[in-house]
Amino acid sequence: MHQPTTQPRPSIYYPYQVFQPWLASQHGTQPRQQVVIVGNGPAGMVTALELARHGVASVVLGAELQFSQGSRAIVFTRRSMEILQQVGVAERMTEAGLPWRFGNSFYRGQRVFRMEAPHDADDRFYPMLNLQQQYMEEYLHDACAANPLIEVRWGNKAVAVSQREGFAEVRVDTPEGEYTLQSDWVVDASGGRSAIRSATGLQMEGASYEGFFVIADIRIELPLPTERLAFFDPEWNPGNTILMHREPHGIWRVDYQLPEGETPEEALRPESLKARIDAQLAMIGHAGTPWEMDWSSVYSARTLTLADFVHGNLIFTGDAAHLLPIFGVRGANTAFQDAQSLGWHLAYVVKGLAGPRLLANHSAERVGAAREIIAEAGKSVRFMTPPTKGFRLLRDAVLSLSLQHEFVRPLYHWRTSRPHEYTHSMLNSPGDDNALFTEGPAHGAPPRNIRLAADDYLLDHLGGGFDLLYFTEADTLPEAIQAVVRQTRARGVALRVSAVGHGGPVAGADQCFADADGHFRDRYGVRASGAAYLLRPDQHVCARWLTLDAHRLQAAIQAALPQ
Amino acid sequence: MHPTATLPIEGLEAVYDALAQAIDQAGPDKAELFLVKLALLNANALADAGVFQHHVQAALQDL
Repeated sequence: MHQPTTQPRPSIYYPYQVFQPWLASQHGTQPRQQVVIVGNGPAGMVTALELARHGVASVVLGAELQFSQGSRAIVFTRRSMEILQQVGVAERMTEAGLPWRFGNSFYRGQRVFRMEAPHDADDRFYPMLNLQQQYMEEYLHDACAANPLIEVRWGNKAVAVSQREGFAEVRVDTPEGEYTLQSDWVVDASGGRSAIRSATGLQMEGASYEGFFVIADIRIELPLPTERLAFFDPEWNPGNTILMHREPHGIWRVDYQLPEGETPEEALRPESLKARIDAQLAMIGHAGTPWEMDWSSVYSARTLTLADFVHGNLIFTGDAAHLLPIFGVRGANTAFQDAQSLGWHLAYVVKGLAGPRLLANHSAERVGAAREIIAEAGKSVRFMTPPTKGFRLLRDAVLSLSLQHEFVRPLYHWRTSRPHEYTHSMLNSPGDDNALFTEGPAHGAPPRNIRLAADDYLLDHLGGGFDLLYFTEADTLPEAIQAVVRQTRARGVALRVSAVGHGGPVAGADQCFADADGHFRDRYGVRASGAAYLLRPDQHVCARWLTLDAHRLQAAIQAALPQ
Repeated sequence: MHPTATLPIEGLEAVYDALAQAIDQAGPDKAELFLVKLALLNANALADAGVFQHHVQAALQDL
């Protein structure tokens, strides 16, 4: 019998609410579900919210009765905020979080590298936003609770998933015992320690690195801005790396590598934590400043992914599908992209608007993203925690040279999470004009945001289905294009048409954006009227034309929804 | 592999002595670190990752 704790988790800043468990005895016979999502973390809830946007209901199983213990994921990228905007929680995130764009690396008391993430006037969101994961989960959960298509079942732990003919069966343990739930599709979003993944015996590809890091959240007043601080090879922890991040509510994340040979248990002893945090505070000139511990944990760097996320009627997403190092904020930020992708791909298959090849495409795209992240993150990991003598020598040589030589300093910059571009996606239209553009987002890229007016941006107006951006100075869309739009909608595919040009009404367009100074056209590489972009429901570009015609629009929509 | 200028013997002799003395100056604990720093500085001046790879392969021969 699964007995999740009913005691609120300890925290000095977050008041945990204990939810009531969902009990099968209080509900009637369980019908077969369309989608059951195992795990109510970021990946699970964003998947549910995206599915709901496309009209597909889901049941979300959460093993515990509360949001996650400790701050965990605390840095959210601009693309994550754009995805969270799509599911309706970006405003609350922005209100509660701390935006930032600078990172600093220190060696021997000298700042040897400063990262400046660009912040364009066309972007609504900052490059990074710091907020504790519990708040993010709370906001996502509120959005799920307000959505009639989503049922969150607290205290429901999925203990086994069995594949049947055309559906899957989930055995769920609860405080009153087990029940069985049948579902056309099961999404495993239960995180890095997924028991479901382990039970399938599926092997992950990639590498695990030696060495552990401690994460500790402390409450302390430090007169420092919200910027990432990284300290290499400090005297109190020779050879190792320390990271610091400001969080809301007066909390600081201190993240440090353990000396070789020390176990996580030893590292998490209160006296060990205290001595090291005191040493770090002393090194940055704040010895003796009072502080209070909130939460601590240990992690190691791994770069592992499943080679396929879709197995029969079981789909893995987020950390259940891959384990990525946190250097470069790649955990939750990758999970959001996974979930946004899965949401529409799965919804369109469930609704019969595309065949199973669409799900295969989801897997191919997101496995590709995971592999790209692994290649990039591997570089960061090898710098942060050198796996061999050779890597350590090179890292130490770079540290030493960086005091006086500019050319090695960019090696301090671990590439942060960024949206993957699905450049070679099978959904990209082969017959469009992608190659003829010299500017603008190409095949598979996310769209570029545009500031339309004060507090008004292009991405505020896109999403939830396919979007056609049509650049025109005319007052009406060509009738043949309107006919394709009507036919597409008639078979249940959401397609919104936005006219970009004079800003006045355009017959056949659902919304019109004024582009008096041509800035919008420039950002999209458009030279003349009649050009267009087709965006998928996850906003990534799947076709673009210098001159759109009805035939090629139809072909692009067909390519994006393989049968 | 690289038909361009090479060091005349006087230059090579100077490098020979300078490198030997610098390794001694760095000391046994820091000699490796010193050599890796030197290699990175040389690689940057070389401005050609491909040529550097050839040098790496050549240096790995006959160890």
